Amino acid sequence: MEKIVQLTLSGIANGAIFALVALGFVLIYKSSDVINFAQGELLLIGAYLTYTTVEMIGLWWPVGVIVAVLLAALVGVLIEQLVLRPLIGEPVISVIMVTIGLSSLLRAIIGGVWGVTPRTAPQFLPRDTITLFGASVGADRLWAIALALILFALLTLFFRYGREGIAMRAVADDQQAALSMGISVKKVWAVAWAIAAVTASVGGILLMSIFGGVSGQIARVGLLVFPVVILGGLDSVPGAIVGGLIIGLLQSFAGGYLPPELGMGEVVPFIILLLILLIRPYGLYGQRIIERV
Amino acid sequence: MQSGTFHTSYAGDMALRPYWVQRLRIALVLVVVLAFPWFADRYWLNLANTIALAAIGAIGLNILVGYTGQISIGHGGFLAVGAYTAGLLAVRLDMPMWITVPVASCVTALVGAFFGLPSVRLKGLYLAIATLAAQEIIIWLLTHGKLLGIGESLTLPRAANNLFGISLADLGNNDFVFYWITVGCLILTVIFVSNLFRSRTGRAFVAIRDQDIAAQVIGVDLFRYKLLAFATSSFFAGLAGALTAHYRGIISWERFTIDTSILYLAMIIIGGLGSVSGSIYGAAFMTLLPALLSNLARATSDVVPNINSYLPYIQQGAFGLAIILFLIFEPEGIVKMWRNVKDYFRLWPFSY
Repeated sequence: MEKIVQLTLSGIANGAIFALVALGFVLIYKSSDVINFAQGELLLIGAYLTYTTVEMIGLWWPVGVIVAVLLAALVGVLIEQLVLRPLIGEPVISVIMVTIGLSSLLRAIIGGVWGVTPRTAPQFLPRDTITLFGASVGADRLWAIALALILFALLTLFFRYGREGIAMRAVADDQQAALSMGISVKKVWAVAWAIAAVTASVGGILLMSIFGGVSGQIARVGLLVFPVVILGGLDSVPGAIVGGLIIGLLQSFAGGYLPPELGMGEVVPFIILLLILLIRPYGLYGQRIIERV
Repeated sequence: MQSGTFHTSYAGDMALRPYWVQRLRIALVLVVVLAFPWFADRYWLNLANTIALAAIGAIGLNILVGYTGQISIGHGGFLAVGAYTAGLLAVRLDMPMWITVPVASCVTALVGAFFGLPSVRLKGLYLAIATLAAQEIIIWLLTHGKLLGIGESLTLPRAANNLFGISLADLGNNDFVFYWITVGCLILTVIFVSNLFRSRTGRAFVAIRDQDIAAQVIGVDLFRYKLLAFATSSFFAGLAGALTAHYRGIISWERFTIDTSILYLAMIIIGGLGSVSGSIYGAAFMTLLPALLSNLARATSDVVPNINSYLPYIQQGAFGLAIILFLIFEPEGIVKMWRNVKDYFRLWPFSY
């Protein structure tokens, strides 16, 4: 019983972070049809910027986190303006490759600036353990879940009532119609990249405080985004959240119950990815417009 | 297209290289290729071998991505299948190289066709993500290889490097001997693939790339030809992987991660999609770029302090930057740049 509660909670915590990262990914895909292979590097940027503001400059941690997240949003907008803008209308493979090139460039910059040795993360989430349903769980995981939930709520409000949020939904729905209603699609793309960078950096910061350190390992989550979004549906925001939670739980249970020397936690998401693609390529909530061959 | 050439026979019309200028150029390239190893030292021979091996793999990937239009991010995994199959045959069954390499290529072709199965239902982005899963699954099988009875890395016995009973170690140093093998295989690959796209099968591949529904309407069996494209592509990946295993003598899974898949994709994008010569240019560019940068770093290490410790990042950054700049400014790759240069001189003094 204790093990189940522990695995469930750590699965939900990881899943919430996956969902955050996947959310940004889905927003970019919905508004501009770009598959972003550099999502993992956006996580790293958020984590390392926070490390810099809090640990190296010494800001009070809420200020440091906010400064880092705003800087990350700026990086997101810059990426969209400089790299993705010239490739509008190019074939799928070019867009995929340019984000891959981008991820390599970003990783080189991060490595050049901060080095590859893992750094100890600043401590801002409480690290004591709490007893819940007879099992002791780390408080930082509960905090991660809570923070992710708050961010989801804020984003939901933004999409429902915010002017830019409604514009983004319009562009995702029908780009032509949105353009003719006077919505600036370029602005929407910039906002999408900014939000993606923000959610990814928050995910990176949460991972950093759960791992207790920051290193290139965090970027690995960027690859796990693919099982999440395919499971939930590439163009579905609720799908990203549900998919994130499912993948997080599965990974946690597979790693916890199957023999550890198999390392099933790493490969299970990708096996599921392949199965989903074969059986139900549009995922749980995606639109069924995928082209059949 | 050159004007003023009048073919008087079908053989002349069908020739792969119909103009004498082209034949002269090929002859010149061949002379350079044959003369190169007698003058080069081991560093350059090693580079040349790396380029030749990369070019075989890149041509394989170009068959799939450039000619058939199926995006694959799993090429590194297929190279690994080739390398490990050859390695296991050599280590466990003491097989010589001239058996392991063809067997490994064929096994890789089968594995490639298996992971090509999703292509029957998926295309574009979705297929790219499916091949990404294939890559991760293959690497997981290798790293948790107790299931298959393989460790993290394999060391091939030197005795395995023999061709029809002749031990390669007796013929000269390793780099020099392997130069003839890798370049020989590359030339055979180039001849095979150039002719493939003049055949029924190759035309079917191109038809699938250009418009799959139209291809199906005119009678191209999509299922069969897509799997065939995956198998052919993986065959060359297996060939490159198996030759690499025998050349290096040691293989480990770190050489075949998703970064390798990306490197090969970058080669064919920078060289030119859907072009055999482009794959070779791309392979050369991507092999020479880091080598050039490390030589530059060594040359300037007195002037710029600490440049050697930053070298890996400079190389990685240059790799990413090269991809981005090529995609923005010359999406058709080095092949197009070379063609522009040729056209400039051919049309001079007119601009077009």
